[in-house]
Amino acid sequence: MSEPAILVENVSFDYPRGPRALDGIALRIDVGERVAVVGQNGSGKSTLVRQFNGLLRPTVGTVSINGRPIGRRHVAELAREVGLAFQNPDRQIFAGSVRAEVAFGPRNLGLSQSERDAAVERAIVTVGLDGDEGTNPYDLGFSRRKCLALASILAMETPIVILDEPTTGQDARGIDRVKRIVSDLSAAGRTVIAVSHDMRFVAESFERVIVMRAGRIVLDGTPAEAFADAAWPTLASTYLEPPLAARVGARLGLGTTPTEASLVGALVERAADGR
Amino acid sequence: MTLRMRDARYAYAGTSRQVLAGVDLDVEAGRVVAVVGPNEAGKSTLCLVAAGLAPIAIGGRLEGSVLLAGDETAGLAAHQAAQRCGILFQNSATQLSGTTSTVWEEIAFGPRNLGLDIGAIVEHVEGAMATLDIAGLAERDPQRLSGGQAQLVALASVLALQPSLLVLDEPTSQLDPAGTRLVGKALSRFAAENGTAILLVEHKTGLVARIADEVAVLVGGRIVQHGPTAEVLANPALAEQGVDPPPAVRIERAVAAAGRSGDLAGLDLAALEMEPIANPSLPIGAPLPTGTPA
Repeated sequence: MSEPAILVENVSFDYPRGPRALDGIALRIDVGERVAVVGQNGSGKSTLVRQFNGLLRPTVGTVSINGRPIGRRHVAELAREVGLAFQNPDRQIFAGSVRAEVAFGPRNLGLSQSERDAAVERAIVTVGLDGDEGTNPYDLGFSRRKCLALASILAMETPIVILDEPTTGQDARGIDRVKRIVSDLSAAGRTVIAVSHDMRFVAESFERVIVMRAGRIVLDGTPAEAFADAAWPTLASTYLEPPLAARVGARLGLGTTPTEASLVGALVERAADGR
Repeated sequence: MTLRMRDARYAYAGTSRQVLAGVDLDVEAGRVVAVVGPNEAGKSTLCLVAAGLAPIAIGGRLEGSVLLAGDETAGLAAHQAAQRCGILFQNSATQLSGTTSTVWEEIAFGPRNLGLDIGAIVEHVEGAMATLDIAGLAERDPQRLSGGQAQLVALASVLALQPSLLVLDEPTSQLDPAGTRLVGKALSRFAAENGTAILLVEHKTGLVARIADEVAVLVGGRIVQHGPTAEVLANPALAEQGVDPPPAVRIERAVAAAGRSGDLAGLDLAALEMEPIANPSLPIGAPLPTGTPA
């Protein structure tokens, strides 16, 4: 079997002067997987994904990226392998223009000028900020600053991409764009991990759902498993709810229908069987 | 009328483009008015103008009329506007004062600056924390909270001011589904019991469907649709305006498009969405349970 993209072995993490945020996490994420991390506010989701690029280091345990333990490897070195778009874009943005912001990462990877320009251009177009290359990031609204933070990560073209709450503040079109980015990254063989409270986005865009509660993983399965009625008490224990489509499917005796498309499909199939 | 906007037009300092291009909007005491719209429609600007921060604190050019509890905001001092209106910013992490060492003190920061006596401060702070179920965070460092916890603390700080108008810019954007539900209930109760007027900007139309009395759709700085909540959210034009309809509406449409409407007969989707699935066993901010891992 090939090396996993991310291997987390018995990881616990304590914030200084703070609570224990991760408690005995074991997790393997394979190359090319699309994984959503969900759980109540404060359950350790963001803390977990920050272990993957070395922003935080485990108090106990080991994290390996592409088969190599993170150990004391520098964040700058890990940045070639793992890109992480922050939940709050303002913690990430610092440059004076959209283009300079997006170019910062690739410049530090030592790419040639032409490679760098191409990567920057692709990322800006992907998030829909073309035309705003010269704009000061703080003249953009919050939702577009989120897109900018995302572009800065995409431009690094890392094999592992982590998105922390990528749909927050996005309208319907913005969420569709994020879904398309996730599916394109995945089609290109990249590993995509998202932290999200948006259960519809999770159900529609990911093949695996990791449910966290109080620093532990309490459920790990497909959306169909994670949102099946048998899992609802576990979801409720970490302040989550299944998408409405899953509730409707369960009420109508259709089994597990995590997405609206799967609900409609199950209704049509049942009708066809009945004829 | 707690908030009354007439032909409000606003351009940020140093620019000529009117981000609000003639907005009429009223929010009466005890009413929840939701504003939905696509990104860059001017929703956050509307919040700043309604609260008086634009132009009082950030300058810019305001034309038309914005009355906050009967007075034009342009003529109010910052502290006068702050006594009438509490605002929660979209990026609530930027709202925390950065000057306090515990969540309790952070929430007390506003009431203290209103000059309330200590008994009233304690009452306001503990009331706001109880409303949002964050008593467990009281001793935590406000700078060391998760995104969702910080959003709840920022909201509690605004609720603790007990203003006559609450302006909330996506107050649940970083909250888990149960936290979103909790905030929804808290806002409904604030409006009903305290007579608070609430202007709510929100992308989650499922939440809007549950708590708003009326909905205005803002596109390109103008209100293009305004009416009772159910009517606006069921309008087929909503999706074209860049707003996602509530889940119940979406599912009914998708099922109807597949010719299976009859399968949903007798099922109240909006009510089903509100049914609790189980009781959460771990309050927000509660310490880690000890014992064997789940």
